[in-house]
Amino acid sequence: MSSSVIEAHGLTRRFGETVALDDFDLEVARGSVHGLLGPNGAGKTTAVRILTTLQRLHTGTAIVAGHDVVREARQVRRRIGLTGQQTAVDDLLSARQNLVYFGRLFRLGKADARKRADELLAQFGLAGSAHRVPKKFSGGMRRRLDLAASMILAPDVLFLDEPTTGLDPAGRREVWEAIAGLTAGGTTVLLTTHYLDEADRLCDRISVVDHGRNVVDDTPDGLKRRMGAERLEVMATAPEALEPITAVVASVATGEPSVEPGTLTVSAFVHDPVDALVTAAAAIREQRLEVADLGLRRPTLDEAFLELVGRETA
Amino acid sequence: MTHGTTPLKPATDDTVGHRIRWTLSDYRVVVGQEFAHLLRQPANFAWQLGFPVVMVLLFVYVFGSAMDVTGQGAGVGYIGYAMPGLFAMTMAFGFMNTAFAVADMKEKGFIDRVRSMPMASSAIVVGRNLADTIHAAVDLAVLAVIALLIGWSSDGTALETLAAFALLLWLRFSLIWVGIWLGLLVKGTEQAGNLFALAFPFGMISSVFTPPELMPSWLQPVAEWNPVSATATSIRELFGNPVPIGDAWPEVHALAAAIIWPLVITAVFLPLGVRRFRNLGR
Repeated sequence: MSSSVIEAHGLTRRFGETVALDDFDLEVARGSVHGLLGPNGAGKTTAVRILTTLQRLHTGTAIVAGHDVVREARQVRRRIGLTGQQTAVDDLLSARQNLVYFGRLFRLGKADARKRADELLAQFGLAGSAHRVPKKFSGGMRRRLDLAASMILAPDVLFLDEPTTGLDPAGRREVWEAIAGLTAGGTTVLLTTHYLDEADRLCDRISVVDHGRNVVDDTPDGLKRRMGAERLEVMATAPEALEPITAVVASVATGEPSVEPGTLTVSAFVHDPVDALVTAAAAIREQRLEVADLGLRRPTLDEAFLELVGRETA
Repeated sequence: MTHGTTPLKPATDDTVGHRIRWTLSDYRVVVGQEFAHLLRQPANFAWQLGFPVVMVLLFVYVFGSAMDVTGQGAGVGYIGYAMPGLFAMTMAFGFMNTAFAVADMKEKGFIDRVRSMPMASSAIVVGRNLADTIHAAVDLAVLAVIALLIGWSSDGTALETLAAFALLLWLRFSLIWVGIWLGLLVKGTEQAGNLFALAFPFGMISSVFTPPELMPSWLQPVAEWNPVSATATSIRELFGNPVPIGDAWPEVHALAAAIIWPLVITAVFLPLGVRRFRNLGR
């Protein structure tokens, strides 16, 4: 069995004049949580729609869970789950009725569909709301019911297209916790997001997607490292201290320090982070300068992302 | 976190027999969902009936009192003329509910979800039609009871009366395919709502409430050849209600037209709907 559960090569898809996917490659390791990160319109959703057999591709090949998405669409459909951008549950049926309905359409027998519905309601923390209609649920609960419906056959791969878009912070946290528990059961997760914190928190690997291409494929930490050196950051307690602090930072930095008077912060890239930190700390003590904070800072994923994509996310 | 102990292997459908069995099961599940809706939301169902019921009351008691369709004075016998027309109109307009429901399923991502599942690709289209046809039968039964209460009756034999209701459902059945196709075609519910502007003249430029002979000559052929007119005229004959007859072919051969029209509509729009569903990803 291959270690990759998704293998896509050279995927191209146009919509009229627009090229949604342009020679898109993707490999996703079995059992991982893989993120497609990119601005709106980058091609993330089109990639998911092709991999879930919803959209035809123009060129390229894609194997999902061991089957070709074009020639063996039916086999692929038996092995995947999909939670799209909108919550695709039936608002007129109760949570449990929804899961039984989808279970029956996944072709489980009546008794099995009911049993599976109860298991999933418990797994996603919805047992107490089994007989309520999702219309009355919070955003996070609706999303969890949606996730449960995608997990009916314990799929090899679960696709999540922007799973937390439109949710409040509490709802996002609920959904994050639910997603984190999925891989324990052997399911691989491919999710799209334009939230960097979400990708950072959930994903083992991230593919940065832009203009229909997979620009970079790396771990969240690896992406941050691509930003190069770490930064030394010193925060002063008063504006008068900014000048001597800037001099200290400049003495250990590889380039010009940047000064932000608003936050009283001086920062600069450093070559040997630990050595720079110790040297700067010694100089600050020697000159009896007062500082509010002194430390090394890794670039955030936001900075790494902007560096790679070169434009602001929506 | 566990995945429980339920056997999760979906049934195989590798033989033709299995495939047919599971396809029928898919249809049943889709139809069952519609019934669960009815049971959980009887109020919705009542509202959908509101429009035809209000039309009945308006036509019989408001407009009807001014119309002389029997030549015996205004209002006399109008209920006998209007009721079959209202039955036909309810059948003609109802398919817009289907278009709206399908557009709503598409807009909410529900259709995407079922398309990513291993079910039969015809199940949503065919299941939807079966559910909506049964729904229409219930509508029709309620409407018939109201008609009887306000003094309408069928003078035909039991068989003729049943045949008339069967023709009405036959018309609706064929129009539901149009509704499904339109629902899959439009962008969303907003556009589906706009389609009502098309359905309204389709239902009204017919012999439903007014004999085509009274319309301007350029409009007459449209009304005479309208499938809704064929059904309205032939059920009037079957119910033994007043029939003002013209000499256009579909009026003289109303029964044949009422059978052929829906057949043609089905032959065109059933394949269109299934194809549209399969090609949503093109």
